[in-house]
Amino acid sequence: MKFTILVLLSALIVCATPHAVALDRAAVEKLALGDGEERLEAIAALITEGDARAVEVLDALASGDLQVAGKRVLIVKGGSAVDAVTGEKLAALPAEREDVVANNRLRNAAQGAVATLQLVSPDRAQRFAAAKALSASADASALPLVKKALEKEGDTDIRALLAQIAATLELKAGDAKTRLSAVRTLGTSGGGNAKPLLLSVLEDETDPDVKLEAKHSLKQIDKRLAWGQRAGLLFAGVSLGSILLLAALGLAITYGLMGVINMAHGELIMIGAYATFVVQNLFKAHMPSVFDWYLLCAVPVAFAVAALVGMVLERTVIRWLYGRPLETLLATWGISLVLIQAVRTIFGAQNVQVENPAFMSGGIEIMSGVVLPWSRIVIVSFAGAVLAGVWLLLTRTRLGLFIRGVTQNRGMASCVGVPTARVDTLAFGLGSGIAGLAGCALSQIGNVGPDLGQSYIVDSFMVVVLGGVGQLAGTVYAALGLGFANKLLESWAGAVLAKIAVLVFIIVFIQKRPQGMFALKGRSVET
Amino acid sequence: MFHRRSFLKRFSALASTLAVAAAVGVHAPDALAQAKTVKVGILHSLSGTMAISETVLKDVALMAIDEINAKGGVMGMKIEPVVVDPASNWPLFAEKARQLISQDKVAVTFGCWTSVSRKSVLPVFEELNSLLFYPVQYEGEEISRNVFYTGAAPNQQAIPAVEYLMSKEGGAAKRWVLLGTDYVYPRTTNKILRAFLKSKGVADKDIDEKYTPFGHSDYQTIVADVKKFAAGGKTAVVSTINGDSNVPFYKELGNQGLKATDVPVVAFSVGEEELRGVDTKPLVGHLAAWNYFMSIKAPANDEFTKKWASYAKAKNIAGHKDKPLTNDPMEATYIGIYMWKQAVEKAKSFDTDKVAAAMGGQTFTAPSGITSKMDEKNHHLHKAVFIGEVKADGQFNVVWKTKGPVKAQPWSPFIPGNDKKKDEPALMAEKPAAKK
Repeated sequence: MKFTILVLLSALIVCATPHAVALDRAAVEKLALGDGEERLEAIAALITEGDARAVEVLDALASGDLQVAGKRVLIVKGGSAVDAVTGEKLAALPAEREDVVANNRLRNAAQGAVATLQLVSPDRAQRFAAAKALSASADASALPLVKKALEKEGDTDIRALLAQIAATLELKAGDAKTRLSAVRTLGTSGGGNAKPLLLSVLEDETDPDVKLEAKHSLKQIDKRLAWGQRAGLLFAGVSLGSILLLAALGLAITYGLMGVINMAHGELIMIGAYATFVVQNLFKAHMPSVFDWYLLCAVPVAFAVAALVGMVLERTVIRWLYGRPLETLLATWGISLVLIQAVRTIFGAQNVQVENPAFMSGGIEIMSGVVLPWSRIVIVSFAGAVLAGVWLLLTRTRLGLFIRGVTQNRGMASCVGVPTARVDTLAFGLGSGIAGLAGCALSQIGNVGPDLGQSYIVDSFMVVVLGGVGQLAGTVYAALGLGFANKLLESWAGAVLAKIAVLVFIIVFIQKRPQGMFALKGRSVET
Repeated sequence: MFHRRSFLKRFSALASTLAVAAAVGVHAPDALAQAKTVKVGILHSLSGTMAISETVLKDVALMAIDEINAKGGVMGMKIEPVVVDPASNWPLFAEKARQLISQDKVAVTFGCWTSVSRKSVLPVFEELNSLLFYPVQYEGEEISRNVFYTGAAPNQQAIPAVEYLMSKEGGAAKRWVLLGTDYVYPRTTNKILRAFLKSKGVADKDIDEKYTPFGHSDYQTIVADVKKFAAGGKTAVVSTINGDSNVPFYKELGNQGLKATDVPVVAFSVGEEELRGVDTKPLVGHLAAWNYFMSIKAPANDEFTKKWASYAKAKNIAGHKDKPLTNDPMEATYIGIYMWKQAVEKAKSFDTDKVAAAMGGQTFTAPSGITSKMDEKNHHLHKAVFIGEVKADGQFNVVWKTKGPVKAQPWSPFIPGNDKKKDEPALMAEKPAAKK
């Protein structure tokens, strides 16, 4: 406690007096070479130094750029070194260097210290980031600085954050009145990390008013968190639903419209994923500067490769088995084994790595504690786009008209001059191509290996059968419905039970309603 | 007639000579080779969900065998590896083990990763009385006279890791999420950890156990649930997720911004190899507990990593030829093969019982920098424990280690009834009694 007060005082002084030229050598050396407690003290000492140089050193510690050569402490960034104490640039990197190891505790302290120092920075963005960092992990020593910053602060967003931090810190000290207002502030604006604080208030507090208010605030926070969770769950459901939809959409065409029980559908997805992998490698080897955009190229390639494989299959095998579902089933299952083994021979049995482009990593925070990952947002929109594309193709183009015509009445379509054989090939190619697109999307969130398709084939059939064979709309509803049901059950009963429960539900449902959710009325597909 | 007869005679004579020559020509070198080689089985999944972890163990075993062969082999005999692929399929492990022992007549087998695969082959090794070297950390609760465990028992990995996270230095965690793949290793480890945490005064409401199937790839809800749980106090996650599920799990952690400074995740089955395909920048500070890290500074480790790098390059091993990585189970495999060689040379025989007897007390300078010793009785290695934090480049910083090697406790004291069990394999005759 004594040393925190000391830190505060000195920090306050520092705020007023800019620029110390060199840092305290002893403190920096202790920071780099000392053991646990010593290093925390060194961080406190560096806060008292308090200028931009100290921020630089602490930042380097937190991000792992600090190294030692003998007893000299260096900040090494991108091949050039700066002496941590004096700030002068070194002519050459010393050969014998060692990393300064920081653990989570130290990193936390260093980040907190940096944030505290940056609260009074002239740059708004820096202040905002600092306040944000502190709100997660401030300790009592920061309170006077936070209050001082609060007085000076003009920006409303940062003010709100600072007020919240101050409230958090005042919970532990201050008289009943300040505690009461602190608890109230937490209730109106606090996130998940305020909860443990309020819980501890409930246990330790003696003042009945504050206690009551704390209970109230806790309820408010729980309510907010519950909304966040619902939003998160909703998104997880949509995200899983969109993946199921992508996987099943191609099957909805080949199985749903054409009546081909295509057991190799999963392998067409796998081929799409491997096509993405190959495109990624080509970009990495030949065009590393535009690597982030490889997906734009991978999407059409995945579609084309899978469609081509699908059309070849149709021409060579499936064509001869129309109207014989059992033989089709066996033949396509055999084909799936052949495809798996072929990929295993070409690419090896191990999973291959498909990297996310930079813009697809990380996420966006929509509420306190709810982060939507970019990769999933991209996939949800991609699924929407593919769905729209397929719908337009089937309802607005000549090919779509032919496909629907052949599906509804093959003989009649043939009589009026529709080349049914070619339409079959093209329709099968379309379904396979969409499977390829699914593979491209799946490669961004899951593992890509020869067995990839096996884990999606059952899900795909489930979606199509549940939705009603021959219905695109049914497929969409079934995919989203299954996605939600799965995620809801998962958060309630765990992943293993959820999977079982969904399967049981589908068995019961199909027993009661074999035609699926949406049955085609009138003359349906007779194949 | 005469001509024909003599022709026939001559022909048959010629044919028989040829046959004999052929027989000699084909079989003689073979017979010679048989006298000079000894077969060794390698039983690791090269495909399926566990291939991400196990493939490289096959390669490091082949490297160790190459090294031994280059130096003259074992007792003057060259080692001939027999590699099979049980394809992450547990019953197939047992079939392949049987094939290795009865058909290929291997002297010893190095293999298995998951405990379920070990449990699957165990009866085979006991029935046919052959030796298995098992190189991966596991849940304990087993000592077989036919198995040598070169990976860690719970007290050499799981318990120290949890103790570290409870300490001030490790973040003083109060609440625990035990997250694992649904099979015997995570379930048993979590049972031990739950008992351990309770003994340290952690209440049941502060422990959350979660399981996912093998190959699970959607960790959205689980990461969200961890966040929710963490709102109730300082939380740490203990992950016993195995296989390629780790890649989507860590991707999701990074994407959802769950930082190690808020909720540290300590993993028992994730090493350098599993993190290869993951962007590790958002994961800095998450932990792993092992008995070896590639980043350990020791002369033996420098030598080991260098050998591996050049071997991977020479053999064109995918991934490793450009970015060679070593990890704990690789080290354990390496130690196991050398210890077996030493034991064979001490016993002067390949006989299972004689080699097993000679194994106790064997020592080897492990790449982790310590001298590892095979316990005289319990078939487990004495190992040092390291806890590492993930760095931005996918390597680990050692932030905590034990002073020296720790003796394994395969029967965890945190499971009731274990105090009565003997710290050595039961003899054949005692077995039925022990089973009661």
